[in-house]
Amino acid sequence: MILNASGCLDALTAPEAALSLDAFVTKTVTPLPRGGNVPVRIAETQHGMLNSIGLANPGLDAFLAETLPRLVMLGVPLWVSVGGFSAREYATSCARLDACEEVHVLELNLSCPNVDEAPESAAEIVAACRAATSKPLYAKLSPSAWDVAVVARAVEDAGADGLSLVNTLRGLALDERTLRPRLATATGGYSGPPLKPVALAAVWACRRATRLPIVGMGGVWTGRDALELHAAGATAIGVGTALFADPAAAARIRGELLSELKTHGLSSVSDAIGIAHDELPRVGGVTARRSTKSLDLVQKRTA
Amino acid sequence: MPARELREVVATEHVGAYTLLRVARGRLDAGLPGQFFMLGTPRRLLPRPMSLCLAPPDELAFLVDPIGPGTRALAALSPGDEVSVFGPLGNGFRLDVERPLLVGGGIGIAPLPYLSSWLDEPPAILGFRSEWHAEAAALVPNAQVVVEPTYVTDVIPRERRDVLACGPEPMLEAVRALVPAAQLAWEAPMACGYGACYGCAVELDGEWRRLCVDGPVLERAA
Ligand SMILES: Cc1cc2nc3c(=O)[nH]c(=O)nc-3n(C[C@H](O)[C@H](O)[C@H](O)COP(=O)(O)OP(=O)(O)OC[C@H]3O[C@@H](n4cnc5c(N)ncnc54)[C@H](O)[C@@H]3O)c2cc1C
Ligand SMILES: Cc1cc2nc3c(=O)[nH]c(=O)nc-3n(C[C@H](O)[C@H](O)[C@H](O)COP(=O)(O)O)c2cc1C
Ligand code: FES
Repeated sequence: MILNASGCLDALTAPEAALSLDAFVTKTVTPLPRGGNVPVRIAETQHGMLNSIGLANPGLDAFLAETLPRLVMLGVPLWVSVGGFSAREYATSCARLDACEEVHVLELNLSCPNVDEAPESAAEIVAACRAATSKPLYAKLSPSAWDVAVVARAVEDAGADGLSLVNTLRGLALDERTLRPRLATATGGYSGPPLKPVALAAVWACRRATRLPIVGMGGVWTGRDALELHAAGATAIGVGTALFADPAAAARIRGELLSELKTHGLSSVSDAIGIAHDELPRVGGVTARRSTKSLDLVQKRTA
Repeated sequence: MPARELREVVATEHVGAYTLLRVARGRLDAGLPGQFFMLGTPRRLLPRPMSLCLAPPDELAFLVDPIGPGTRALAALSPGDEVSVFGPLGNGFRLDVERPLLVGGGIGIAPLPYLSSWLDEPPAILGFRSEWHAEAAALVPNAQVVVEPTYVTDVIPRERRDVLACGPEPMLEAVRALVPAAQLAWEAPMACGYGACYGCAVELDGEWRRLCVDGPVLERAA
């Protein structure tokens, strides 16, 4: 299953790109409209990019009245990304979206590096939303937590149905000449290819710590990147920054993933999911891989 | 949505301080003057927005000002190299004008040669920061050229004209102060060019708009 990463595609301006996805994830919607941060909001860096969009969105009222009906007409399954500045705000939005039959999943953005965070913990927000909706709830987590697996277990206990991993990392870029920040907000969210190892590590740790399905994202550019995230434990893939470079990236990655599966002798995506956690088959009686001891250690630490 | 295709570089030519990058057109539509294309950039993550400068038969030509890593890489392409071309994008100039006057500053002259060909080569006023940069004026027919410290706004005639302008923000602000109804082509850093990233937002009458979707040509204050 291939989705877009929230905030990286507008289905209404690029319907063809949205229709090539298994589901479309909206940009994060907050209770009140937000213009976003002042420009400059984006800067390409040597290997990735920074953004400080600041959750620009029309607010929940306008989203429900204007955006959602147009998205529904497209006919692609919908995930709505929900943001807020307190657990109560998240829960109120979830309760209102609960009434929208066409919305399949609510993704809670618990990790935007460009706005102030709600004072409550991720688990408290998930618990409040759980009480407000019966729709599947995905918790989108930040890769900056020292141990993302601890957060993942807490949101699982609070009633989350899935995880989205990962959001951007906070970064800074300086102008070549002036040595001043290139973004108006100074720091922003770092995305693109350099995030892949970070995403892999988060997916890997959460796969071991929880039973939740995981949308893996962060620097997915090719079918090989998607295969690796599946191998680490992702059950679905989110494509973000790659869509900026190529509106057809999702369809391309889907095709490349199929040939990658074939190359590795795997008959379907489900055979690939979590495979990185399994021992390699024995070759001539010798395990062709490091001992399981280190794995046990990781498991104990995250347990 | 427009097409995104790999196209072959036909030629690159120095035009004063700038480089004219000519690529094979293939099935791509040249679009309307003021529209732009996202050009894939060697060894960089994101494409760069470039206005269409000229549309000779079977070609699309872009005028590149090599000011940073992306534009330097585009200017350094060689014939036979491949570049991804995505467009035409955005909203170009409104062409139902009676007495057009084209105004351009620096690399902002890039869309004017193509615009001029659509409007039967109307008069143009072009401003540059040096004689070397001003060599690019040869691309625009019927052009009056000024070089700093003279500015285009010093020579825009007082009689009524339909001004179509592209250039640096201070120039556009000055043109608008003189001719409030001017059509102005603005710039903003762009990651995607098709409305996906919200990076190109500009404030328009108190509302934030994506310049790549609602512009780059705007008739109101940005
Ligand atoms: C619709 C549109 C059409 C354009 N047409 C042309 C064209 O025909 N020819 C041409 O040479 N250039 C054009 N540009 C500008 C060009 O896209 C940028 O100069 C280029 O993206 C810079 O990339 P870089 O990697 O070379 O430099 P960077 O390192 O990205 O930028 C160098 C400096 O320029 C600033 N900058 C970057 N992009 C922009 C921007 N779009 N607006 C204002 N400041 C910016 C940066 O903040 C930095 O200070 C156009 C831009 C837009 C939005
Ligand atoms: C311009 C931009 C805007 C984003 N907006 C949002 C957003 O509104 N909500 C959200 O949860 N994540 C947002 N993200 C984060 C992405 O959804 C994704 O988690 C991150 O970019 C990592 O994936 P990538 O490397 O494939 O881009 C945004 C990312 C970018 C680059
Ligand atoms: S450049 Fe991405 S929305 Fe305009």
